[in-house]
Amino acid sequence: MDVEILARIQFAFTIAFHYIYPPLSIGLGLLMVIFEGLYIRTRNKQYEVLARFWTKIFALTFGIGVATGIVMEFEFGTNWATYSKYVGDVFGSALAAEGIFAFALESGFLGVLLFGWNRVKPWVHFVSTIGVFLGSVFSAVWIVIANSWQQTPAGYHIVGEGMDARAEIVDFGAMVFNPSSVDRLSHVWIGAFLAGAFLVLSVHAYYLLKNRHIEISKKAFKIALLVASIFSLSQLFTGHRSADGVAKNQPAKLAAFEGHFDSLAVADMYLMGWVDKENQKVTGLKIPKGLSFLLHQDLNHPVIGLNAFPEDERPGQVNAVFQFYHLMVAIGMMLIALSLLGLFYLLKGRLFETKWLLKMFVFAAILPQLANQFGWFAAEMGRQPWVVYGLLRTSDAFSQAVSAGQVLTSLIMFFIIYTILFLLFVYLLNKKIKHGPYDEKLIDKRSQTKDITEAILK
Amino acid sequence: MDMQTFLGMDYPTWWYLVIGALFSGYAILDGFDFGAGAWHLFLKKEKSRRIALNAVGPVWDGNEVWLVIGGGALFAGFPLVYATLFSALYLPFMFFLFFLIFRAISIEFRSKEEMRWWRKMWDIAYSISSIMLAFMLGIILGNVLQGLPFEEDRNINVGLLESISPFSILIGFTVLSLFMMHGGLYLIMKTEGKLFEKLVKLTKYSMFAFIILFIILSIIVWINYPHLSDRFLDQPLLFTVPLLGILSIANIPRLLSKFKYWQAFMFSALTISFFLIVVAIELYPSILISSIGPQYDISIYEAASSEKTLGIMLGFVAVGGPLVLAYTIFVYRTFRGKVIIDETSY
Ligand code: HDD
Ligand code: HEM
Ligand code: HEM
Repeated sequence: MDVEILARIQFAFTIAFHYIYPPLSIGLGLLMVIFEGLYIRTRNKQYEVLARFWTKIFALTFGIGVATGIVMEFEFGTNWATYSKYVGDVFGSALAAEGIFAFALESGFLGVLLFGWNRVKPWVHFVSTIGVFLGSVFSAVWIVIANSWQQTPAGYHIVGEGMDARAEIVDFGAMVFNPSSVDRLSHVWIGAFLAGAFLVLSVHAYYLLKNRHIEISKKAFKIALLVASIFSLSQLFTGHRSADGVAKNQPAKLAAFEGHFDSLAVADMYLMGWVDKENQKVTGLKIPKGLSFLLHQDLNHPVIGLNAFPEDERPGQVNAVFQFYHLMVAIGMMLIALSLLGLFYLLKGRLFETKWLLKMFVFAAILPQLANQFGWFAAEMGRQPWVVYGLLRTSDAFSQAVSAGQVLTSLIMFFIIYTILFLLFVYLLNKKIKHGPYDEKLIDKRSQTKDITEAILK
Repeated sequence: MDMQTFLGMDYPTWWYLVIGALFSGYAILDGFDFGAGAWHLFLKKEKSRRIALNAVGPVWDGNEVWLVIGGGALFAGFPLVYATLFSALYLPFMFFLFFLIFRAISIEFRSKEEMRWWRKMWDIAYSISSIMLAFMLGIILGNVLQGLPFEEDRNINVGLLESISPFSILIGFTVLSLFMMHGGLYLIMKTEGKLFEKLVKLTKYSMFAFIILFIILSIIVWINYPHLSDRFLDQPLLFTVPLLGILSIANIPRLLSKFKYWQAFMFSALTISFFLIVVAIELYPSILISSIGPQYDISIYEAASSEKTLGIMLGFVAVGGPLVLAYTIFVYRTFRGKVIIDETSY
């Protein structure tokens, strides 16, 4: 295998792994803020127990997110040297802003969030929780802007030629608000909130089924259900906005999403299907003229297809892009259905007796995770062969001097270490869930530790 | 070409200083927690180990952020250097990353089970990865100081074995001993009783090791690497910087013998920054030097991003820097004093 393929596999593997954790941290962060906020308002101990319990799980996802995130930052330089030189001027500022404004905020308050329960006043702790949450929300901002810039570049000009060409910012505002960043950022955020909400739903549904921690699980479940309902519905909206944007800015990608080959023709929309790239045929379940209607509100409006682009400017893996995209949308629909069903039974007052529904919620935690992964895979594979859309090809972007052997070495090591990491994560998550929200050792030691601290300081 | 300046200094030079400050901050902060980790296996009792681990528990992640910001700042300000350096030293950086991950995992997972083998396993992983991280930083620094073998074409790669030269190994050990002294001083501030006494003793060993290695290193640089000392010979006034560095090292044993641990820690932090200022002066205005010939060196002007980007980012730093400082101080204040183990501890 050549360096390019190996570097792509390594990048995809490490970023996909990284992306298991940040959405959970962002989403759990939101729920922690809600739980702790309710505790501060109502002084109901149960909310404190919830906040503490989910903070512990958050610590786990956060820790792995940090460890795997640093890899991502270094990988641009190690594996994508030409790309780094090309986008450094544009992209670097986003990354620097992410570090200064987001990660520093997050990790600064993290210490207080995790270890400060007994050391600071409840409201100071609450402020720290909000700080960590906002930090994680901001970390998504800059990185998604950077990625959106490479999908839909704006606000730049090119200086230099050949292998020395690079993009320079001429308009910072236009770079930040490039055509896809707002749509994609909102879509990514909501994807993260869904990941968090469905994990909370899953764990508390499990407790309800097992007849454990009933009272607090009901509380947590209702709150998370509300969050899940709001966001699963809004995800449909932001997803649609993204699709509109892709149609405008990256027509070849959109054509791949739907397996639409004819250069310019009325396009169908598939609910599911299989793309035969050789024969340019899709077999499956379709809504005739659906895509034309969705994009243009007109059943007979033509849509640009893959054949309108030269062979070497089309994504290579049309079927994969198609599948990832459709799986994401299908999951989006399932999440909507599930949350609305939950709300329906809640209003009828039978939710917590409806075992089959609770069981579905236990397993549903995996769905937003999958949709998040599939969405990125569709977006990134659909952008090929470009690394910066229309400007720089992936095949020119990798580090020319690094050998295949070296990348293979690091790839194998990542594979091993991430496998261990993942197994430990699952093991510890399971253990924390089994253990439950109540800590036997948790007695209010606040006043006591304070005395000790003061005694030592004096 | 006319360059924009701020307070009489051009933007690339400002950014060079920003990166220097970020890397110093990183070395000082992660320096003490690598150092503390390096001592971990020397502490034998479970309780001592827990205390030592929890001394860095609330802060290590915040410390690592300095690496993230420093790396981002290098990418943003000098993309050519970021790309050249990282792809040239591919495997050393990859190993650095593996140890970083291993270290993070071991801190996170050690306390999650009571079994002895479990804790022992993570203790070893934690300590070895801390040692290796300090050492790898030295190896990378050594390669930067020696220069990388590039000419006009900056796409080069130095294999793992080539990157480990006697010179870079020496720097590796120097950095390790420096961090162990620094981390030892940090732990001293955080502990009491027997553990405290033991750490005082251990820290002294590392201090002597560092001083000896530092002297050897200085002599070797003087004799073998004239490009690293010529600036000082040209402008003798600059000698004040290494001189201050030596004074601050010399101050540490003095303060230790007077039981002024906090001040001693501060002086070892100062030592680290003087050490790096010396490096920065030696390189400037180059930022990556070529071992083939000085005509190929990459200067900050060649590598810099556009002035517009640098200007925007200097604005970020002006706003964000004080914020970062403010909550760093807030966190350290919240956890000041000796370590207390409670149910939230590792
Ligand atoms: C700001 C930059 C950025 C961001 C936020 C992401 N990516 Fe990306 N991705 C790249 C920058 C990038 C890249 C450096 O531009 C790559 C490397 C090779 C390539 O073609 O693009 C890439 C490739 C790439 C590939 C391989 C595509 C191929 O080679 O066919 C996959 C599957 C993903 N990414 C998946 C993801 C996921 C799951 C992300 C969610 C976190 C993600 N990317 C965020
Ligand atoms: C290639 C792209 C990416 C890079 C270079 C990157 C880089 C990083 C780095 C360096 C860290 C560790 C920061 C620390 O020390 O605190 C990190 C953590 C994090 N990243 Fe990423 N990241 C990428 C993709 C993403 C995406 C797409 C998102 C969100 C949508 C994201 C969200 C986060 C969050 C929330 C954290 C904090 C840790 C956690 O919550 O798990 N990252 N990332
Ligand atoms: C409900 C129907 C949905 C539609 C119509 C939709 C549409 C889209 C589109 C068109 C893209 C590509 C954007 C681009 O390439 O620029 C995308 C990407 C993505 N989707 Fe969805 N989506 C839906 C549901 C979901 C759900 C439920 C999740 C997660 C829980 C999700 C997560 C993502 C992610 C993480 C990306 C990649 C980031 C991005 O490019 O925005 N999507 N989606």
